[in-house]
Amino acid sequence: MYRIVYNEFMTSSNDRVIEIAGLYKSYGRLEAIRGIDFHVNRAEVFALLGPNGSGKTTTVEILEGHRNRDDGMVDVLGHDPAHPGPTFRERIGIVLQSTGVEPYLTVEETICQFRGFYPHPRPLEEVLEVVGLTDHRATRVRRLSGGQQRRLDVAVSLAGDPDLLFLDEPTTGFDPAARRLAWELVRNLRTLGKTIFLTTHYMEEAEQLADRLAILVEGKIVAVGTAGELMSRDHLSTIQFRQGLSTAVLIKDVTDEITLTDGVFSIHTTRPTETLAKITNQATQLGLELEGLTVTGATLEDIYLRLTDTEANKTRKGNG
Amino acid sequence: MMRKIQLGIRQLRYEALAFTRNPAAAFFTFIFPLFVFVILNQLFGDLVLQVEGGETNSATFYVPAIAALSVVNACYTGLAMSMTFSRDRGLLKRLRGTPLPVESFLIGRVLFMTLVAIVLVVIVTLFGAVFYDIAVPTDTLPALLITLGIGAATFSILGLAITSFIPNADAAPAVVNASILPLFFISDVFMRIDDYGPKWLLLVGDLFPVKHLSQALQTAFNPFETGTGFEFAHLGVIVLWGVVGAFVATYRFSWEPRL
Repeated sequence: MYRIVYNEFMTSSNDRVIEIAGLYKSYGRLEAIRGIDFHVNRAEVFALLGPNGSGKTTTVEILEGHRNRDDGMVDVLGHDPAHPGPTFRERIGIVLQSTGVEPYLTVEETICQFRGFYPHPRPLEEVLEVVGLTDHRATRVRRLSGGQQRRLDVAVSLAGDPDLLFLDEPTTGFDPAARRLAWELVRNLRTLGKTIFLTTHYMEEAEQLADRLAILVEGKIVAVGTAGELMSRDHLSTIQFRQGLSTAVLIKDVTDEITLTDGVFSIHTTRPTETLAKITNQATQLGLELEGLTVTGATLEDIYLRLTDTEANKTRKGNG
Repeated sequence: MMRKIQLGIRQLRYEALAFTRNPAAAFFTFIFPLFVFVILNQLFGDLVLQVEGGETNSATFYVPAIAALSVVNACYTGLAMSMTFSRDRGLLKRLRGTPLPVESFLIGRVLFMTLVAIVLVVIVTLFGAVFYDIAVPTDTLPALLITLGIGAATFSILGLAITSFIPNADAAPAVVNASILPLFFISDVFMRIDDYGPKWLLLVGDLFPVKHLSQALQTAFNPFETGTGFEFAHLGVIVLWGVVGAFVATYRFSWEPRL
């Protein structure tokens, strides 16, 4: 059942499915993408994470060939998507943000229609099974629920058995249960050996699904790597202990950001060892016990919020 | 090119399938021209019309007139509406991300609308022959078919061109109707304008392709016609509109939903 279809890019660009360098795009005076670089390896799930309006959809649409860039180098499966060769669209699958299929056809007819566009389509039964629509094959599209329509979108993008799949905000507007189902689906796709490029503004989604991720803020990549790499990148940690009678003196030398909530001090630091030493030394000298002392590494959410916050502020100041 | 046509024919099947799944829309598409035909015959039925070669009755005028209406309705109105809806629903953008050639998609949809138009013309002609005793064209049949083909092609192109001026699907009926309905009154479709209209309205009608289509069809249906029934001057004007429409459609057409 499995065919060798990698010849072309095995020779052209080893294991990189997507490569971007110096990508730039503006709409009039709005600079949507301001010089970004990253790459995506074969058979990995790569997430482009960023707040709304950060340029995610512009980036993914440039990769899909839906939009032209102003500057920079883009290589997708050995093609320049702005001037795609005849085989480019046969090897990618696109799930757009909006559903776009005939409402009066059935699920099966819709998938068959799209299978007909490709030289080596994926078998109908397999497509139905991967997206979990086997029981709904005879249902007309307009009678499907929102979540089922989204799965049909994925089915349609799989019809041509693509090497690379683009998912643009696949779970926006989903309730938590539907989101879990969608995540299951993406994990299924990964087991098929597909390279998956997804955009999302849900930090948790990127953390759950992605092998590697890039954080995009206001048209710039501010971090790229595995979730683990990002979390350990700045050694960002939080030291917490309960406020006591004379604890205020303990933090007099601490220069990091400190918050006091519900009687608990939280110190956010990029030098946890040094900061902790300052505090515990003071405490030892004074013979104080620190109640509820914890040191925790940053979650991806901490990193994400920190990066999106500072970057957004910087830009705002920069723009006056 | 063969593969593009093959894919286009395949698309045509899905167009037809989707069409039959909406029986109410299908029924009224086919019944509408008959409504108009019967009503106009009731309103203006007693007229005796002078045509080249002799005198005819109103039904002989209204069969080709409603044939023209059918072509315009299916190809221009139908295509403009369906393309706008497909565009706003994201179908066009989705198809553009697949290997399906643009031409194949257009072949499928335009051919489908043309088929609808031909079925409508057959229905009106048979209805006229059975209930109003009009003569079905025989010697002029090639002229009739070619005129219908040129009309269908031009009005399909114009339907695609007007789509680029329609901001969103909600605005489609208003824009399309406003652009075509007034023409039916001054283009020998609802009535023979020469009998009623002021001179300047005749001239306005001459500028647009609807009147040329209906007059070319009048000749093909004229029972006294002795020649082949081709109206080359009228066909020329129709083709000219098709060429202009093709330029507009090529340069302005957008595949993205407009919000």
